[in-house]
Amino acid sequence: MATDSPWARLRADFAESRLAMAGLGLLVALVGLALLAPLLSPQNPYDLAQLDVLDSKLAPGEKSSTGGTYWLGTDDQGRDMLSGILYGLRISVGVGVASTGLALSIGMVFGLLSAYFGGWLDAIIMRVVDIQLSFPSILIALILLAVLGQGVDKIIVALVAVQWAYYARTVRSAALVERQKEYVEAAKVLALSEARVVFRHLLPNCLPPLIVVATVQVAHAIALEATLSFLGLGLPVTEPSLGLLISNGFQYLLSGKYWISFYPGVALLLTIMAINLVADQLRDVLNPRLRR
Amino acid sequence: MFAYALRRLGQSLLVLVLMSFLVFVGVYAIGDPVELLVNPQADAVERARATAALGLDKPFLEQYAIFLKGAAAGDLGRSFVFNVPALGLIIEKLPATIELAFVAMVIAVALGIPLGLVAGLYPESVVGRSIMAGSIVGFSLPTFWVGLVLIMVFSVHLGWLPSNGRGDTVDVLGIPMSFLTLDGLSHLFMPALNLALFKLSLLIRLTRAGAREAVLQDYVKFARAKGLSQRRVIGVHVLKNILIPIVTVIGLELGSVIAFAIVTESIFAWPGTGKLLIDSINQLDRPVIVAYLLSIVTLFIVINFVVDILYSLLDPRVRLGGAAGAH
Repeated sequence: MATDSPWARLRADFAESRLAMAGLGLLVALVGLALLAPLLSPQNPYDLAQLDVLDSKLAPGEKSSTGGTYWLGTDDQGRDMLSGILYGLRISVGVGVASTGLALSIGMVFGLLSAYFGGWLDAIIMRVVDIQLSFPSILIALILLAVLGQGVDKIIVALVAVQWAYYARTVRSAALVERQKEYVEAAKVLALSEARVVFRHLLPNCLPPLIVVATVQVAHAIALEATLSFLGLGLPVTEPSLGLLISNGFQYLLSGKYWISFYPGVALLLTIMAINLVADQLRDVLNPRLRR
Repeated sequence: MFAYALRRLGQSLLVLVLMSFLVFVGVYAIGDPVELLVNPQADAVERARATAALGLDKPFLEQYAIFLKGAAAGDLGRSFVFNVPALGLIIEKLPATIELAFVAMVIAVALGIPLGLVAGLYPESVVGRSIMAGSIVGFSLPTFWVGLVLIMVFSVHLGWLPSNGRGDTVDVLGIPMSFLTLDGLSHLFMPALNLALFKLSLLIRLTRAGAREAVLQDYVKFARAKGLSQRRVIGVHVLKNILIPIVTVIGLELGSVIAFAIVTESIFAWPGTGKLLIDSINQLDRPVIVAYLLSIVTLFIVINFVVDILYSLLDPRVRLGGAAGAH
């Protein structure tokens, strides 16, 4: 298929899978909900004045004391679960995207340096990457959070520390292949500065595998944050992510009040699944070996 | 070979010392355990006495030196909360974690290899596709969420299985074990299944990929041509050849099962080391946190060391090539 720009071809290739398009649609919807949470949610879940303790632990669909309906029920403080989930989604997605973006930038720089300069710098960086990747990510995040304590900034630091090594390794292996190619040679012959060769010539050509890894990692980061928050190590109660909402409802699960945990869990699940569907298709689309 | 092993050992020790320092520095920085342990009405003198009793009044480096000296002798400090040796506390909880991890691994292997074989032999069939779809779901679901759903369905809704604890245990050589009693088994089943799910998905994928490659090989065609039964071809010729990478991965994953048990143990209130860690973090029981983290880091360093040495025995390029082998 002869299309004008690589972007048009990417779009066409991506749209071939209906499942992936559904995933993308869901993802866009979820991100939209997260961004617009303050406008959409029936209640500000952080505003204690809006909460009514008499409305606590109501089942989904029950009426509030002021006449509204709690479509997804309320938690132990009388908070509307729907509002809580929208705000929680905002925090979960925000933390996932922010940590991935930061880790991507840091990992990218180290990976490029490692591949471009080689030698002892490469040896040291890759040794650190190897050692880090030999430990499960949850363990590293746990150690860091046990040390750092709770907070949005702390969990982002922990997630960045867990993720950067994946990007460093991915960029390095892509860059090792790319730097052998003639356009890099040509750029060097033109006596361009090394920074220019690395960031303007080498880097753009290493991006495809990086994009794939980054999409998968956003899902990982969101899941890991939820897990850590569930364990009580991630976010403080004042900023409830989906994981914290689930954790909060856990104690009521055994008495049959499933909705406090269950619906935030469904939101978490949908987010992770949507990202994974998109990532799967991106991997196929961006893989030159599968190009038709 | 010996030089390689020695260099690798030196590296492992360096990582261990580095980690011990990081963990100690970090944990030292969190909270003030005296606040939690001393009666809020206590006066300054009493506080100072408690601080001195815990050794927290000494300069930081001295505390680290004392810790290192103790650690070399197998003493990782005393729990602030329980006032018993921290390492002893972990060893006491260890059998529960190992039992859980072991049973989870058995479930993953017992289900993962046959399912992966089926998916690999009939990749286009409905069954094969469903198995793969299931493994993708198993990969993307967060463990703690699956645990919650299991509790919701089997404990709350159906009321079949208990949701927390170990149940009745039987002492085997003085170590309590749950899997020998019916009550213990009913307590063990859900957490083990929960912990197994991720590894199960991994094993399905590995076995499937291996089986798909193997059936195209000449030795399988030849075995078929000899007129051997399907059972023998699959069970002996295919399985034997794909088992090597699978066994490697199982070995490598043993450590990570213990790390992931932290999550599962917290959900099902399984009284193992993972729950101990989370409880200790919440109670700022520094010596136990440090002891746990260092034990598990040591475990990983040992596993990685053994795997690297085994690889270098199997593949001389590893020990000779060094950094030259491009990935």
